Amino acid sequence: MDATRAFLRHPSGMVGLVVLLVVVVIALIAPIVFPVSPWEMVSAPFTPPGEDGLLLGGDTLGRDVAAGVAYGARVSLVIGIASAMAAMVIGVTIGAISGYFGGKVDLVLMRMTELFQTIPAFVLAILLVATFNPSLLTIILTIGAVSWPPLARLTRAEFLRLRNREFVEAALCQGEGTLRIVLGHILPNAISPILVVTSLTVATAILLESALSFMGLGDPNLMSWGFMIGAGRTVIRNAWWMSVFPGLAILITVLAINLFGEGLSDVLNPRVSRRRS
Amino acid sequence: MNRREFTQAMLAAGAAIPFSITRAVGQTRGGTLNTIIQPEPPLLVTAFNQQQPTLTLGGKIYESLLKYGADLKPMPGMAQSWEISPDGLTYTFKLFPNITFHDGKPMTSEDVVFSCMKVLTETHPRARQNFARVASAEAPDPLTVVFKLKQPFAPFLGCFDCTSAPIVPKHIYEGTDYRKNPLNDKAIGTGPFKLKEWVRGSHVHLVRHDGYYLKDQPYLDEIIYRIIPDSASRALALENGTVQLAQWTDVEFFDVQRFKAQKNLEVTTKGYEYFAPHQWLEMNNRIAPMNDKRFRQAVMHLIDRDALAKRVYFGSAKVATGPISSKTKFYDGKVKRYDYSIDKAKALLDEMGLKPDANGKRAEIKYIVPPYGESYQRAGEFFRQSFARVGIDLVLVGTDMAGWAEKVGNWDYEMTQNLLYQLGDPALGVSRTYVSSNIKKGILFSNTEGYSNPEVDRLFDEAAVTLDEAKRLELYSKVQQILVEDVPVAWTLELEYPIIYDKAFKNIVSTGIGSHETFGSVYKS
Repeated sequence: MDATRAFLRHPSGMVGLVVLLVVVVIALIAPIVFPVSPWEMVSAPFTPPGEDGLLLGGDTLGRDVAAGVAYGARVSLVIGIASAMAAMVIGVTIGAISGYFGGKVDLVLMRMTELFQTIPAFVLAILLVATFNPSLLTIILTIGAVSWPPLARLTRAEFLRLRNREFVEAALCQGEGTLRIVLGHILPNAISPILVVTSLTVATAILLESALSFMGLGDPNLMSWGFMIGAGRTVIRNAWWMSVFPGLAILITVLAINLFGEGLSDVLNPRVSRRRS
Repeated sequence: MNRREFTQAMLAAGAAIPFSITRAVGQTRGGTLNTIIQPEPPLLVTAFNQQQPTLTLGGKIYESLLKYGADLKPMPGMAQSWEISPDGLTYTFKLFPNITFHDGKPMTSEDVVFSCMKVLTETHPRARQNFARVASAEAPDPLTVVFKLKQPFAPFLGCFDCTSAPIVPKHIYEGTDYRKNPLNDKAIGTGPFKLKEWVRGSHVHLVRHDGYYLKDQPYLDEIIYRIIPDSASRALALENGTVQLAQWTDVEFFDVQRFKAQKNLEVTTKGYEYFAPHQWLEMNNRIAPMNDKRFRQAVMHLIDRDALAKRVYFGSAKVATGPISSKTKFYDGKVKRYDYSIDKAKALLDEMGLKPDANGKRAEIKYIVPPYGESYQRAGEFFRQSFARVGIDLVLVGTDMAGWAEKVGNWDYEMTQNLLYQLGDPALGVSRTYVSSNIKKGILFSNTEGYSNPEVDRLFDEAAVTLDEAKRLELYSKVQQILVEDVPVAWTLELEYPIIYDKAFKNIVSTGIGSHETFGSVYKS
């Protein structure tokens, strides 16, 4: 609980957390505040902000931008968190096997990881999404599939650091099984940096999803921020509000997650913290 | 030429303009027309592909025997004159002398006969329909072509524009698999412009065909079709003069008004008379629930087409009442009207037994969004909302141009949006979508929805062979009434596309074929 208290005293981390909670609340109450679907054409096309009861204006078809931003928060958060989880599962598994067993297994797995690291993530993501039809599931899996290498390397490094410690050798001497040693002894001691990196992966996942949707490669049935910017971009000279508000939503959310993640890092890894060293 | 060299050449060309000498009067030789092509066509041979970008570009490369004015009356193309026998069965065309293909070989009546009777009947769905009516085609001498029809066909003289009957070289295609011929990449035709290079994803460069048969034509030295996939970039390119011509969907409808205010540009909706683009929501009639007439009628009721015209097309469209465009001569407006009514739609759906489940959902239907630009995407979103109001989930599916053609052509779709040209006569542009003899798998713009009604077949067939205009009108009125009752496809709008061009260029719109025309007579003042 020391960590919780320390985090509460961490100014920028708290700012990130509070803003993030606000975004989560907006996502949760979106259907209550905007009972009408964000795809519904509720006003005249190109309604400027503040007119016709639309706080943030209407888009080219007369859809409520505010409703789009609120519903977009749901899409971004779901995709961000789910694909970060997917990346974590893949990355931690590969990193743990690699770091614990070492030798040839390590060699093969790390070469494979490097292969993924050399391919630009976004290009690979475009390729994967274009190959499989874009849908919520394929987008989550795609983002997970391009975001795991840093997590794998981090986990491997932590495992290399920990695997020769006394408590691991003690467990080995007691005849505990490999799985139990990995999950019960090493992973708990390696978890804090993994959590920090995973939280930052959420931010990049949101950016990736927005970029894909912006290019028209998102799920066409989901109102996401990237889609809104992509659809509003062509008319940005006549109607700035269609792309600016979803753009701000992305900026604020990603910034909040980054602040939160850094705060977490400072609190969980005091030794490597920039702030306290 | 790679892209960098191309850019340098363009800069050099731009720098040279102030020093070039222009004649004060008449049509001047020289000049470059920069324009837009989007999406990038899969190939340039109009005999094998009739999607709009292919026709726009291929129209410069491939010519046909005739052209058509804004009143749809025939004018000389490669044929300088023509005669029709009194019984309406024999058509004799006299060609201009000295027509050559881009590879230097002469074009003769043999090429015309080969193209029309051998190639197009295999590869061009609407040409196939037209030339299936020909009993024999002969080339008595190199400059004469004689078509003998099996029975009179009223609009036969309307079958020879550059998009319906492009002439391809016999010496290249004879005895080969037409679609797989390696020379398709070279796109060898007789048009005033020939292909110099095609840098995929960048541009298609056409240059003057020096052996063109009309004196002094073409006036322009080159036409460059730039592939600009992004609509904002296209509008910007037109605004700052990088391109001097935009057609069809190049400029999004919401931008059209803006260009009307720009002094150096002309905005016109002329040049589409031959096509009269007619748009509809296409439903695969083979699959439930679209196989039920009541469902299709419900679709007509649940789409607020006035709102569609206003919101998606910003007024550049008119609500369509049936299969025939109000802009053509056999249009009958006295047909069943489908007003926008959610209640009527729901009642029809209930009647056919498509009841909502516990969540209020009646059905889920996949809708393929045609990849022709933003208005199609917005229209898809509009449809999805319309269907949602009666409890039908329309799931939008994105695809590329080849994918769309493949899926729709092979009936592998549930719903999509389609747009066909009316081609001046219902026998040419309308019947092809509804007659059962044109249900041809793998062929785009045929009766892809799979509608079949013997009475409709009979009426269309009879109207096509009737020469008396009043009788034809009567037959087409009947067929319109039946089709509007059956709703094989849900007609939405008659689109009014703009052509926007730099006023320095003359004759851009000289015929009813507009921007698909050969552009041999276009010049820069």
